[in-house]
Amino acid sequence: MQQIISFIIKYKYFILFMLLQIIALNFTVQSHSYHKSKFVNSANLLTGGIYKKIYSFKQYTSLKKHNQQLLEENTRLKNSLSKTAIDSNHNIISIIDSLKYFQKYSYAFANVINNQYHKKHNYLTINLGSEKGVKPDQGVINSKGIIGITNTTSKNYATVLSILNNNSKINVKLLNSLHFGTLIWNAKDYNILQLIDLPIQADIKNGDTIITGGRSTIFPEGIPVGTILDFNKENNSYKDINIKLFNDMSAIGPVNIITNFDKEEITNLEETINE
Amino acid sequence: MNDIFKYSFLFIALILIQIIVLNNILFLGYINPFLYILFIVVFPFRRDRGFILILSFILGLIIDFFSDSGGINAAATLAIAYIRLPLIKGLLRKTEIDFLVFNILKTPFSKLLSFIAILTFTHHFILFSLDYFKFSELLTILSRTILTSVFTIILIIFSLLLMNKNK
Repeated sequence: MQQIISFIIKYKYFILFMLLQIIALNFTVQSHSYHKSKFVNSANLLTGGIYKKIYSFKQYTSLKKHNQQLLEENTRLKNSLSKTAIDSNHNIISIIDSLKYFQKYSYAFANVINNQYHKKHNYLTINLGSEKGVKPDQGVINSKGIIGITNTTSKNYATVLSILNNNSKINVKLLNSLHFGTLIWNAKDYNILQLIDLPIQADIKNGDTIITGGRSTIFPEGIPVGTILDFNKENNSYKDINIKLFNDMSAIGPVNIITNFDKEEITNLEETINE
Repeated sequence: MNDIFKYSFLFIALILIQIIVLNNILFLGYINPFLYILFIVVFPFRRDRGFILILSFILGLIIDFFSDSGGINAAATLAIAYIRLPLIKGLLRKTEIDFLVFNILKTPFSKLLSFIAILTFTHHFILFSLDYFKFSELLTILSRTILTSVFTIILIIFSLLLMNKNK
């Protein structure tokens, strides 16, 4: 007993060091596995509050740019609205009949109060939380394309797993064909992502547009992602397809958060198959 | 009393500078210096060693909270807080008793520089290894460690010069 105590006293700093180091490594390992970083995240009251303060200063410098973005989006939406009115031969009223029409998605808006893009595992913080109905696993987009997926939420803030994250995998497809692929990031350039799992049958060219696939319950189909920058063909399969994003991931202002009303139904259905 | 106030102010100031300014500034696109380890460099050696271990852990963890990075900053900062005493002993060949009146700013510049450089390299290497967590990325880890260390060391030296002038 005496020896154990003297051992502890002799190595007390080393024991303290090891103890704290194990805690730190535990947090690190947790953060490497997707969706487990519940404790250390920037969606809590203190970090969220400080980021909100910083954001209120930064906001002024980017107002002009954000106005321009909103104007562009409005123009695009107005154009598509006038297109449908002509195409459907004033049937548009019957489509919005509340008995026949089921709303599938709803959009909430938030501001990005903290943005990362230079690390290997990047997260964003937004100023909308569980109080306003934000849950984990919701899609986050802006007018130019996809941003990421909500990860952890607190009362007033939420963290978003950016598409610039090594753990991020997003189902995408080509605009001009029905071939699907998966969008990942190799942590090199923050405006260039990689497309994998694309079958060789898909005929691609540089400059082809990539949109979200709609296979997951997170993003609706047809949200713009980017264009093909370059690619290699090797052993009869595609290799290194680089995608240039429409978005500038280093400057993101207002975003939309997508709620899918059918999500529960779809996940329940898929769970019954797995059982 | 004066000391406690001074170092708590430094602790908070370094965290704020790190999260508000440095985490947003990216030299050459992706170099993001970590000035907050200055705290480990200047914290007095005469204090209890367990105290600096706990403080460094908290300091790293706060930075982690702000940058959503798990525990990588906490692990790296804790490691340099642990090796700092053996390192300065080895560099200056001093015994325990000298540390009662020891001031890191009064050491010769070459010794001070190698002390800061070794701490910074160790910190950044642990930080980026834990962030990338893959042997195949060793080259990326090393290049980022070296490039970022250069900027961190320059910033630390400048901050030390400023701190010296104020006295």
